[in-house]
Amino acid sequence: MYRSLKWIFSIVAIMVLTACNQTVDGGGNYPSKPIHYVIPFDAGGQSDIEARRQQPLLRDTLGQEIIIEYRPGGGGAIGWSELAQKKPDGTYIAGINLPHIILQPIAQKDAGYQTEQLKTVAIFQATPIGLAVPKESNLQTIEDFIAAAQKQPGKITIAGSGTYSGHHLAYQQLQNSADINLQYISFTGAATQVQAFLGGNTTAILANSDDLVKHKDRLRILAIGSEERFEPLPDVPTFKEAGLNITASIDRGVAVPADTPQAIVQTLESAFLKIADDSKVQQQMKAEGFEPKSLDARESESYIKEKTLEYQSLLRELGVVAD
Amino acid sequence: MSSVLPEIFASLLDPINIALLITGVAGGILVGALPGLTATMALALMLPFTYSMEADAALIMLGGIYIGAIYGGSIVAILLNTPGTPSSIATTFDGYPLAQTGKAEHALVAAAVSSGIGGVLGGCALLLLSPLLANLALKFGPPEYFWIAVLGLTIIATISTGSIIKGLIGGCLGLLLSTIGIAPVGGESRFTFGFPPLLGGLQLIVIMIGMFCIPEVLNMIERKGQTGKQVSYNPQKGVALTVIKQLFQKPILYLRSAVIGIMVGIIPGAGGNVASLLSYDMTVRFSKQKSSFGKGNIEGVAASEAGNNAEVGGSLVPLLSLGIPGAAPAAVLLGALMMQGIQPGPDLYATSPGLVYTFCWAFIVANLVMFLFGFFGSKYVAQIVTLSTHYLAPLIVFLSVIGSYAIRNHFFDISMMIAFGIAAYILKKVGFEPGPIVLGLILGPIAETGLAQTMLMAQAQGSVWTIFFSRPLSMVLMVFCLLSLLWPLLSHRFTRSPK
Repeated sequence: MYRSLKWIFSIVAIMVLTACNQTVDGGGNYPSKPIHYVIPFDAGGQSDIEARRQQPLLRDTLGQEIIIEYRPGGGGAIGWSELAQKKPDGTYIAGINLPHIILQPIAQKDAGYQTEQLKTVAIFQATPIGLAVPKESNLQTIEDFIAAAQKQPGKITIAGSGTYSGHHLAYQQLQNSADINLQYISFTGAATQVQAFLGGNTTAILANSDDLVKHKDRLRILAIGSEERFEPLPDVPTFKEAGLNITASIDRGVAVPADTPQAIVQTLESAFLKIADDSKVQQQMKAEGFEPKSLDARESESYIKEKTLEYQSLLRELGVVAD
Repeated sequence: MSSVLPEIFASLLDPINIALLITGVAGGILVGALPGLTATMALALMLPFTYSMEADAALIMLGGIYIGAIYGGSIVAILLNTPGTPSSIATTFDGYPLAQTGKAEHALVAAAVSSGIGGVLGGCALLLLSPLLANLALKFGPPEYFWIAVLGLTIIATISTGSIIKGLIGGCLGLLLSTIGIAPVGGESRFTFGFPPLLGGLQLIVIMIGMFCIPEVLNMIERKGQTGKQVSYNPQKGVALTVIKQLFQKPILYLRSAVIGIMVGIIPGAGGNVASLLSYDMTVRFSKQKSSFGKGNIEGVAASEAGNNAEVGGSLVPLLSLGIPGAAPAAVLLGALMMQGIQPGPDLYATSPGLVYTFCWAFIVANLVMFLFGFFGSKYVAQIVTLSTHYLAPLIVFLSVIGSYAIRNHFFDISMMIAFGIAAYILKKVGFEPGPIVLGLILGPIAETGLAQTMLMAQAQGSVWTIFFSRPLSMVLMVFCLLSLLWPLLSHRFTRSPK
């Protein structure tokens, strides 16, 4: 009995000690300690899948253990507001999502962080957002869809994941650029969103490309939010081809606290880009319905700036935020 | 399935796979038994070790961990009145009173047997009924979620020991607490008082640990001060077999709990906690000795554990046949499959039937392994209750702190755990049990999301009534809710008529 208690004590003690291990690192011999890779969502989501893919490869490149931790809540806000407060020594890195890290601080007064408090190291993956209807639906094309929406304003329901999220914004863009009126139904994640749509609860769905690829036998994808045709779904037209000025996607990358020394950022940047540029990794991504990307820290920064301006004007137009 | 039988046998008889299965179950039990460390976390922790394994080996081990963790949660529920994972919440209701009256081993064996039976039934459903159940899962939309949550709330009448009014007030308090954080539909932040850690809402596990654990520790110390008495436990021979014989006379209980567990499992968004609560509730309602529940009725433990372990099999149905995980731990398994280059979904049965069926069979075998662990281990584990309060009280507090921190590595959660623990202690003194409050906290988000989405759907269709009343499943659930509410009147009439 006491022996087993001793075991429990020692296991718990080890857990406490590893959790408390938070000393400062100058940056010169970075990384000298295991790196905590925080996923601000539940396990099993797209960000998690990507981090799991990177984990063994990062360990090989950086020569340190990579510990993946989950800090879900607030659509990612919990994890990001915490990262913003961490010591900028590269021990804590977190997966980031666009447009989330841009939209949350604008739309929520108490998001707990500002976009500028996170320094994006690299952006390595994206899922363009596509519009789909069930296979049995009589809406064959995006034109049919728009015509149907014009005929019955507010009657067509669209399942999306989250509010002030990529899907929510894509829905607003769709309403704006096609001048139609739809009903957005917000779900709490991809699992419930896809399930409700496949169960016939909504007319259409705005979903991430990997979900669309996974369920492609059960649905008809009318248009997708990528700049050019999306490689895993070559037959699907882009919104732009259909004359709608919409690009919509969720980009995933990794960030550190804003004041992190340049040397550490560069070490992480090259490690992540090495994986992102690996052709085997890219092939795997495409097979799963992801779009491989490879933006370094500088490119990510200007990309985020550009997107911020775009979203700000969009939100202002929609009346979500005041001028 | 017959064409891949040789492959299944080869994989299941591989000594390495057998070792992985046993290690997985044992590891799962250990992690599940630590409060705050959930099945999801156990799986996520082990995931990196499976990268280099063959797909079948990885799945066999992860399946074992999932099952073990859900069972492991019952051990601390029985011994320390703390659900080790949210799934074993209803196990505390009768398991802890049993342990307090010297019947810890009875309760532990009942939990092992029932988890095993529930798990095997869930596994059989997974193996034989997957396509059927997957289609049924798709019938559950927002209106049905709402009614399931309402049905769950009617349980308050069952789990309120003492005053029903106080139970209802507790339930309302739980529902109110569940509204803290960003609204699931609409996205406004509510009741956060500008405090970012509250954006994600109250962490269910943290509140549960606090409300169940801390009052118990305080009571323990109080009792010690007053009487100096210690819970006794005298190991007796043959307890395990007696319990098993007793439980095997209750096939209906198991069938009912398993069906509830599987149904809750196949719909994403409701997990093992709902399964355990609903099957506990049903067992109490159909029992002839209602008043013995909550005071140490072994059937209460059996119902809760059979329900939550059947839920495991159920949650894997939509994962394997639709590619949609039915519960949070199943989502980690989805990640594991994708790491192996396997895309779960409708094609999975066609593209890798060997793997799917091997997994289903391994899942059933893992339940038997878990049962053996429980059967032979219970009498040793049961001795924890004889530990002196001097050791036990600090140990429980220690585990509670670690558990609430581990959930998302946040110190804020430890303060929440302690605050809610003290509040629960005071509330208990004035007759408010933690059960209904936690129930409200579990069901609040399901009810709110379901109702808000239904109203949005209704806005598009033009009428709320058509939505609720044009869906057969929604109507069935409404009838269940009504029956559940009127049950005390009905059962009163039934029991009186023979006279």
